[in-house]
Amino acid sequence: MGIPFDQILIQTINGLVNGMILALVASGLTLIFGIMDVVNFAHGELVMLGAFTGATTLAVTGNFWLALIVATLAIAAFGAVLQVSTLRPLLGRDPLTTILATFGISLVLQKYALWQWGPSARKLQEPITGQFTLFYLQYPWYRIATALLSAAIIGALYLFLKYGKFGIWIRAAMQDRVMAQAMGIPVPSLHIAVFAIGAGMAAASGVLFGPLAGVTQNIGADFTLRAFIVVVVGGMGNLGGSILASIFISLLEAYASLIVSPSQAVIVSFVALILTLLFRPTGLFVPTPK
Amino acid sequence: MRRPATSYWIGFCVILALLVVAPLVLPEFWRRFVTEILIWGLLGMSLDILIGYTGMVSFGHSVFFGLGMYGAAAALLAVKPANLWLALLSGLTAAAVVASFVAYFATRLRDIYFAITTLVFSQIFYVIIFTWTEVTGGENGLNFARPALSIPGLFSVPFTSETLHWFVLAVVTVSFLILRRVTQSPFGMVLQAIRENEPRARAIGYSVERYKIVAVMLSGLFAGLAGILYAIQNKFAAPDFVFFLISGEAVIFNVMGGMGTLVGPIVGAAFFLLLREGLSRYFTEYSLIPVGIIFTAMVIFMPQGLLGFAKRRLNQ
Repeated sequence: MGIPFDQILIQTINGLVNGMILALVASGLTLIFGIMDVVNFAHGELVMLGAFTGATTLAVTGNFWLALIVATLAIAAFGAVLQVSTLRPLLGRDPLTTILATFGISLVLQKYALWQWGPSARKLQEPITGQFTLFYLQYPWYRIATALLSAAIIGALYLFLKYGKFGIWIRAAMQDRVMAQAMGIPVPSLHIAVFAIGAGMAAASGVLFGPLAGVTQNIGADFTLRAFIVVVVGGMGNLGGSILASIFISLLEAYASLIVSPSQAVIVSFVALILTLLFRPTGLFVPTPK
Repeated sequence: MRRPATSYWIGFCVILALLVVAPLVLPEFWRRFVTEILIWGLLGMSLDILIGYTGMVSFGHSVFFGLGMYGAAAALLAVKPANLWLALLSGLTAAAVVASFVAYFATRLRDIYFAITTLVFSQIFYVIIFTWTEVTGGENGLNFARPALSIPGLFSVPFTSETLHWFVLAVVTVSFLILRRVTQSPFGMVLQAIRENEPRARAIGYSVERYKIVAVMLSGLFAGLAGILYAIQNKFAAPDFVFFLISGEAVIFNVMGGMGTLVGPIVGAAFFLLLREGLSRYFTEYSLIPVGIIFTAMVIFMPQGLLGFAKRRLNQ
């Protein structure tokens, strides 16, 4: 069975676009894990909440970019509250208890979204409606813009971590929490800030994802699972690795959906995860530990 | 040492007696409710072997539960007339096969990685079952008739809600006694040693991996048993029961009731189901909002669960 070249190219672009959105989710997740050993089971729900907040703001103001900013800031603030109220008391306990606590939160958030926004799917109106011709297909510019914007946000995060004072603190606390604290870095407020940043990035990707597919209260679990896969494949707590892994996994799924149905293509990424864990448990895109 | 053991068994017999007479005094709705608590309690109890005794949090117990359901369904649909014991055998086989598969791969990993791997395995089987419509019925699942309660050559009576309750009670009680014996056996002691200090258990010379594989298989087998009971009670098998939310509920039972006690998960299941039932009168389908808040609060403030909390209170 031959697959025409143009289909492969279209799937490559699709995979890259999906990969960039996923990278936005996963880099927040891995940042949170890296700095405070919290496995945030509710991360996908933050994506979902962000998408819904964006949809509501869009309905009120009619401006997509404003909705993007409002949703990001609102969910970032919400993330900060969540960190202080539920995760801070768990600091220093077994990381597994954070899975349990955030699992409880994810249940609450999912049902809250159902209660607040109802069960029907919402589709956000895309701000860029232009299309360009890609072989026989009209490919929307919005998808390309999404990928570029995601890349820009991740790039900004990278620069912030590399050169910003706060960013350097974050990296120091990721390397050695106790030592960072001894040097006078306010680690507790760093935790809040990192959780807020991660939550805000999740919300941004939720809003960007909104026009591509309908937003329901169920998309959270899917995002959580995929972000987990990516973060583990990329190496826990490794920012660059999880971005590469997002693209890698999304491309795999895109190519797999040429052969099997999209719902079965997920299995490919599951298998990729299991193989990674078996043969290279520290992650695919990190140097071999000595 | 003697007195606590005596009072333990007296308490055990009293609760067992209460559960035996329960269907005779309770109305139909609550009769069914108590049976359901026992089934979910068995699922929680099977997970307790891993969470409470070996220190491995599995987020994929729904796969064993669901495969038990589908295994039982296969036997009930394929063989005419439907035979209860064949359904049990087939469900347990299905659960055991998938449990050995999952155990082989997942036990190589620890902590969070184990949790995520088990979660991913359960999702793999969920996708397979959900999309393989010709065999599994896809989204609609499988419907079948309830088999008769029979012992070949002796008697055969159709299940009523009372006999079903007693049957479930008998299975759960026997499972509890077996699991209790296992946790107190040398094997169970090794599991607890792994929980306390894995490198040391390995250094003493125990083959930690082999013990973990057996623990996952044992746990999966009893989770499958719970799935079979649930299939027989509800006369269907559906992909929803392979979805990881069921695994999450099993973890909730353990956290709420108290990990590492075996009885705890049953208490937790009872507490969770009562809470959900009671709150759904006020919150309708949103009852998981307050339940989730209570659960999260319990993780933070009551890590020993209800049973651990009560025990500590009594000892004060």
